[in-house]
Formats: sequence, structure tokens, C-alpha cells
Amino acid sequence: MAQDHKRPRGKDTIDANLKRVYEETLQEDVPDRFKDLLAQLKAQDSAKDSGGGTSK
Amino acid sequence: MSNPDPRDELVDHLPAMRAFAMSLTRNSATADDMVQDTLVKAWTNIDKFEVGTNLRAWLFTILRNTYYSSRRKAKREVADVDGVFTESLSQKPDHDGRLQMADFRDAFAQLPDEQREALILVGASGFAYEEAAEMCGVAIGTIKSRVNRGRAKLSELMHLTDDDALELTDDATMAVVAARVNGALR
Repeated sequence: MAQDHKRPRGKDTIDANLKRVYEETLQEDVPDRFKDLLAQLKAQDSAKDSGGGTSK
Repeated sequence: MSNPDPRDELVDHLPAMRAFAMSLTRNSATADDMVQDTLVKAWTNIDKFEVGTNLRAWLFTILRNTYYSSRRKAKREVADVDGVFTESLSQKPDHDGRLQMADFRDAFAQLPDEQREALILVGASGFAYEEAAEMCGVAIGTIKSRVNRGRAKLSELMHLTDDDALELTDDATMAVVAARVNGALR
């Protein structure tokens, strides 16, 4: 690559801000709706896999 | 053989998916709806995921496809000009140096989607240019130029020109970008 010297100098500042914006959401608690959804999907699949009365 | 089921790992990627979705939509309700769609798509298409490849990259690809197809559908749905994105992320006054996060978010929100996306993928989530290019379905040079243009625009919007001066490097950057653009056109 060897083009570090060609990047804008503000790059570090900008990247630090980018990371901060990104990480603020990263650190939020994941809403329950997603865990519920995954649990639902899993339940659907295991109902299928266990060969129970597949209605479809 | 009992390979680990990638579906069990989806939960680990939720925070990153939300952060990426948020950077695309700048609206937390829309972002979470997108993440939900992505989860369902990922779950039902998990057989298309190649085990051993980067699951997060795969999920981000689905997420961005979801975003761009809904954006096309909604033509120009009202973007978050009023800064829901800005407000929903609590103001944290721990600025190092002179940059206020609010200024940064305002500036970031003004970038075209493609530049915001490239910056987040490469600058914040730590994907290599190559991975980002693959996820976005474009050439590596395109990603690099989006990142460069995005950074240049942010510098300009945030007046990052006093001590972190661009003058030494700007011409060189422009030359590189121009060369790439010209190269890509040939």
C-alpha cells in the first residue's frame, strides 16, 4: 500500500469519531425483540426437525 | 459430524448489525426493523452461508441489500434530517480535542449513503478494503475512493483544516483518487 503519507491528516480524528459513533450503538443493550425472534425461529425449526406433525 | 451451527452465533453479531444499520439509516426504529428482516433472512438462508467465512461480513451484506432495496422501493423516503440519529445516541461530552460528536454526526449524516457505508465498514468496523469491496459488490478501488472522498468531505465539513492541515496531502490524495477514477473508466 505505502500510501499512508497520502491520506488526509484529519484521518485519525475522523476515524476516532467514526469509531465512537459506531461503538455507542455497539454498547447499547440489544432489545429483547431480537432474542425473542431468534428463540421463535429456533422453536419453529426444532418443531420441523423433530418430525412432529408438520402442517406444511 | 456436528459442526457448530452458525445460527447459534447470530446473537453475537446483533450489536454490530444494529450499529451498521444505524449508520445507514440514521434512525433507530428503521435500523431495528432492518436488523429484524436481516435476522429472518439469515436464519432461513443459513445454508447459503459458507462455513469458515466471515459471518459478520455475510450478515452485513444481507443488511445492506435490505437497506438499498427498501430505499429503492421507497424512492426517497424522508431521511433523518432532523437528527433522530443524533438524538438517539446520548450526548456524551467527553470530547478529546476540539471535535464535538454532534458536529461529527451532523457532518456524517450529510454524506451519501455509499460513502457513509464505506467509512463505517473500513474506518469503524475494521473490515479490510477487500472485504468491504466484496460486501458492497464493487471494486476495491471504488471502496478506497469512497473512503477517501468521505474523509475529505468530513474534514471539510468539520473544518479540520487548521492544525490537521490538508494542504500538504490534499493534492496527493486528489491525484490518487483521480488516477483511480480515470483508471476505472478505461
